[in-house]
Amino acid sequence: MAADFSTRAHDALNNPQLRANFRRAMDGLMTKRAAQFEDKDNWTALRAKGAAIKARALAQLPDLLEEFEQKAIANGITVHWAETTADANRIVLEILTAHGAKKVIKGKSMVSEEMHLNAHLEAHGIKAVESDLGEYIIQLAGEAPSHIVMPCIHKNKGEIAQLFTDNIENQPYTEDVDALTAAARQVLRREFASADAGLSGANFLVAETGSLVLIENEGNGRLSTTLPPLHIAVAGIEKLVEKLDDVAPLLALLPRSATGQAITTYVNMITSPRKSGEQDGPRQVHLVLLDNGRSRVYADEQLRDTLRCIRCGACMNHCPVYSRVGGHTYGSVYPGPIGKILTPQLAGLDCAGDLPHASTLCNACVEVCPVQIPIADILVRLRTEAAEPSASPAVKGAGSGHSAVESAVWKGWQAMYANPAAYKVGTKALSVVGNLIPAAAPLLKQWTSVRTKPKFAAKTLHQLAREKGYDNE
Amino acid sequence: MPAHVTPPAEMPKDVYYFGTCLVDLFFPDAGLAGMELLKRQGIRVVFPQDQSCCGQPAFNSGHRSEAREVARAQLDAFPEDWPIVVPSGSCAGMMRVHYPDLFQGDRDEERAKAFAGRVYELSWFLVHVLGLDTKLVDKGEKVTVTWHGSCHSMREMGVVDEPKRLIRALSNVTLVENPREKECCGFGGTFAVRQPEVSAAMVADKIDAIGQTGAARVVSGDCGCLMNIGGALDKAGKPTRPQHLAEFLLERCHGR
Repeated sequence: MAADFSTRAHDALNNPQLRANFRRAMDGLMTKRAAQFEDKDNWTALRAKGAAIKARALAQLPDLLEEFEQKAIANGITVHWAETTADANRIVLEILTAHGAKKVIKGKSMVSEEMHLNAHLEAHGIKAVESDLGEYIIQLAGEAPSHIVMPCIHKNKGEIAQLFTDNIENQPYTEDVDALTAAARQVLRREFASADAGLSGANFLVAETGSLVLIENEGNGRLSTTLPPLHIAVAGIEKLVEKLDDVAPLLALLPRSATGQAITTYVNMITSPRKSGEQDGPRQVHLVLLDNGRSRVYADEQLRDTLRCIRCGACMNHCPVYSRVGGHTYGSVYPGPIGKILTPQLAGLDCAGDLPHASTLCNACVEVCPVQIPIADILVRLRTEAAEPSASPAVKGAGSGHSAVESAVWKGWQAMYANPAAYKVGTKALSVVGNLIPAAAPLLKQWTSVRTKPKFAAKTLHQLAREKGYDNE
Repeated sequence: MPAHVTPPAEMPKDVYYFGTCLVDLFFPDAGLAGMELLKRQGIRVVFPQDQSCCGQPAFNSGHRSEAREVARAQLDAFPEDWPIVVPSGSCAGMMRVHYPDLFQGDRDEERAKAFAGRVYELSWFLVHVLGLDTKLVDKGEKVTVTWHGSCHSMREMGVVDEPKRLIRALSNVTLVENPREKECCGFGGTFAVRQPEVSAAMVADKIDAIGQTGAARVVSGDCGCLMNIGGALDKAGKPTRPQHLAEFLLERCHGR
């Protein structure tokens, strides 16, 4: 899938509408985020705090997971463990089947995307309806999310208007955003009322209290988790935080980094199903905790930092590659910089080995990451893991990017650049014959498609320094 | 997080100059200009003839052991405890930020850490150590320029305002900032070859943003970016010329 990054990028780059949609959207998001973090000292302190909270939770993750499970069970929540997405799908299906559920209303959940849950349920006769507006739109279009926070950011008003006209009964074509939102609301209200179960993700899981924290802007998350008689949440095991007090700083980082909002419209804290005597809320709450390769990521000290991610999407909003090619180009559920480090670790470098190379290592993502994930360092680490086979590989598919030719080139490069005498001879030769290399030569061809050929200078700096009398020592 | 760089405890009498491999072959005049600027401040500039490359190309491509051996040759070439000034934020970032990691557990780990701590990006050194932004006397004609911030200079070495302080100190120069000043130009070393179409799209947007300023020159502190941006400007037939900051400053203040 992801091996097609270049092909997909080619298509995306030649789609002017798509490029314009992304560029405009990302520019807007960057401006909004910047307005939230004008005070640099405050930002620096807050992100350090956010990083520390996540690092502290990860450092004791096995214990916190146990603590969380005990608390959640005591609160009346049923906790399930899924090693693979297949396990998670099976568990969700079993719960739904046991309740005779035929229709599930879904709040936004990237883990459910990772599971390809909708397709699994559909294959077993259960209808899953996305209730987040963006997710609803792409579900109508039969597409995957192109952004982890704004799944339909690749579409403009006209495209959405057409989708609604084609799919919603008696819906006239309109590009009026309020009218479109109202139309979706009409449809979704009926779905909420008739759903047998609600499904959601979780932004944070609090070990201290056994609570699920879920943030959203449309109220659809609250409806999905409170209206139907059954609520199933799916979440990665890395969502744990130690204490309730840890949530506030992360909430001060996530929406501001994501959409430039001070806080989301809704912050849901779910700690139990409906208690006896209560009038509303689901009668059962289930949580499925998904591993799907996360334990392996966890096992490596450097790679573990990947699991700090709070899924704000700031890295993609600020990525010069993502803003040119859009989310679908990555061929993975998680696009952009976080996807470039997460996908190859979850799926294996043999499946997504080109993603770590789809970066200039510009560090724009690193600069805005609210939990200080060293994305660029991890990209380089993954390139290294891919390049050379290892006896005890830290990443699935390590060595799959090994190329005998490339390795020989770097060996040759080392022979010249690590040896001053060879370097002197080599550079002198290049300054004499380098300019004779034709612009259409391999590798140079890609360069000269939009640039002129670089010119070797007649004399190297080494020569000029000697001639001008600069000391050697 | 950018490196936390502080000036040397005392005003150095001698500095090393690490020219970089790209400058060595393609932009030696830019490299020499940096040396001249330092020399004119009364500092002895030492250019070890045994230097070559910081090792970044192999490091970023995932070939650590080759990168380490080339880096080790630099440790050997710069033995004295003098500041190492680099006319490139990218190579400076490699040496200052990544050498300690590259040599972790290696016999040269301590030597690499000490080396890393001596590395300075040129414009930062000119401003914070030599105070050149208060000493420049512009002798050039009126000109409008725009600035391109290199990714590693800004985001690894923490060099953001220093080059612009130097440019703004020139009385006959108007600096018009372009809206994409801090956005990557799309070079990214092997990225330009591995993802040529994405790289091409990025540099196309970059030269558009530069063109909007009407500047006669685009000045930057990294020759990798300048090779990319300059090559694209040239191919597109745009009038804006690329120039390294050191060469620009030297030309304005001392002629050529």
